[in-house]
Amino acid sequence: MITTMLGALGANTRQLLADWGFAARLFFKLLGMSGAALKRFALVRDQVHFLGNYSLAIITVSGLFVGFVLGLQGYYTLQRYGSAEALGLLVALSLVRELGPVVAALLFAGRAGASLTAEIGLMRAGEQLTALEMMAVDPLQRILAPRFWGGIIALPLLAAVFSAVGILGGYVVGVLLIGVDAGSFWSQMQGGVDVFKDVGNGIIKSVVFGVAVTFIALLQGYVAKPTPEGVASATTRSVVVSSLSVLGLDFILTAMMFSI
Amino acid sequence: MQRSKNDVWVGLFVLLGAVAVLFLALKAANLLTWSFSQDYEVTAKFDNIGGLKPGAAVKSAGVVVGRVKSIAFDGESFQAKVTLALQSEHAFPQDSSLKILTSGLLGEQYLDVSPGADEKNLVAGDKIGSTQSAVILENLISQFLFNQAEKSSEGQKP
Repeated sequence: MITTMLGALGANTRQLLADWGFAARLFFKLLGMSGAALKRFALVRDQVHFLGNYSLAIITVSGLFVGFVLGLQGYYTLQRYGSAEALGLLVALSLVRELGPVVAALLFAGRAGASLTAEIGLMRAGEQLTALEMMAVDPLQRILAPRFWGGIIALPLLAAVFSAVGILGGYVVGVLLIGVDAGSFWSQMQGGVDVFKDVGNGIIKSVVFGVAVTFIALLQGYVAKPTPEGVASATTRSVVVSSLSVLGLDFILTAMMFSI
Repeated sequence: MQRSKNDVWVGLFVLLGAVAVLFLALKAANLLTWSFSQDYEVTAKFDNIGGLKPGAAVKSAGVVVGRVKSIAFDGESFQAKVTLALQSEHAFPQDSSLKILTSGLLGEQYLDVSPGADEKNLVAGDKIGSTQSAVILENLISQFLFNQAEKSSEGQKP
């Protein structure tokens, strides 16, 4: 009884370590292929189109509404302290530092990451990856690497669009609807938001999230069990794991960037 | 490399992202206000800087004329040494004085430059001699309380 439990524990640990090792190996292999992948830029371009352009609608609409809500809630809190002019600063800082990169990455994980996992998982289930190998085409280089780079390019752009649209949303609610002074809305924002410390760090965050989300989606698809259930659970796991790692990474990055 | 109609859409997408980044840098952040104008640096020592931070505005007559570049502690005079970067299109007389003021009741603190009457202007590396420290609320309250206590004790004595 105890020996079987101990044995199962050991086997699970070994399996976990092997999974991590495989993931790390795949990650460095993909990184090593980036030169070759970027040389065939048509493939990357098609992936940017698939991952980026098609996510634009959901990103823009969510950004607009997040900006609306920030405007309303921020005004409600700030006017208690008689500093409603700081609304622009509040909206811009929360979007540029946190909400832009994080919410865009979460939406990207659901919208694009899931479809990447399902696509790769189905390719594996239909043995298309094996077929490519049979034709002496490396599936990592032909299938995974362009998608990896497509995601890394698309997500920072999407996060920037999210933040910009969100600030416009905050402007619409704060200035046009509620009537905060437009001049102080923008000047407080410009006084408090730093190009490198806030905007730059937000872009760095979204690049890191782009790497994490795209890689996890590709990994889950690549190791999916070649059955309908396997692809289904891989898609679920891809969204769950990448969302959680985005939130975890965000905490670490925030602690490193804005701790003082 | 073959061309496809994806080119246009991806190009548009990248352009949109670039416009968003530019918007964030120029309209939401302060890229325009500090990197394109030439600065000259002067230093000043304060007994107490209160809540002044690097990056705070330096204003004269309410108009921004520069930024606080750095704040350090001077171990010899036990004062705060503030380095200001003033925009070079604005020149101030050498005997100008500095005050730490607050914008609004709870707003950020900024430096106010009151121009003096000297013929010579400040140049890079100069020190501004006359400075007025930040108003610390606790000091004000304790001063007020001491005054009240003195008054009441004077009232009781005779």
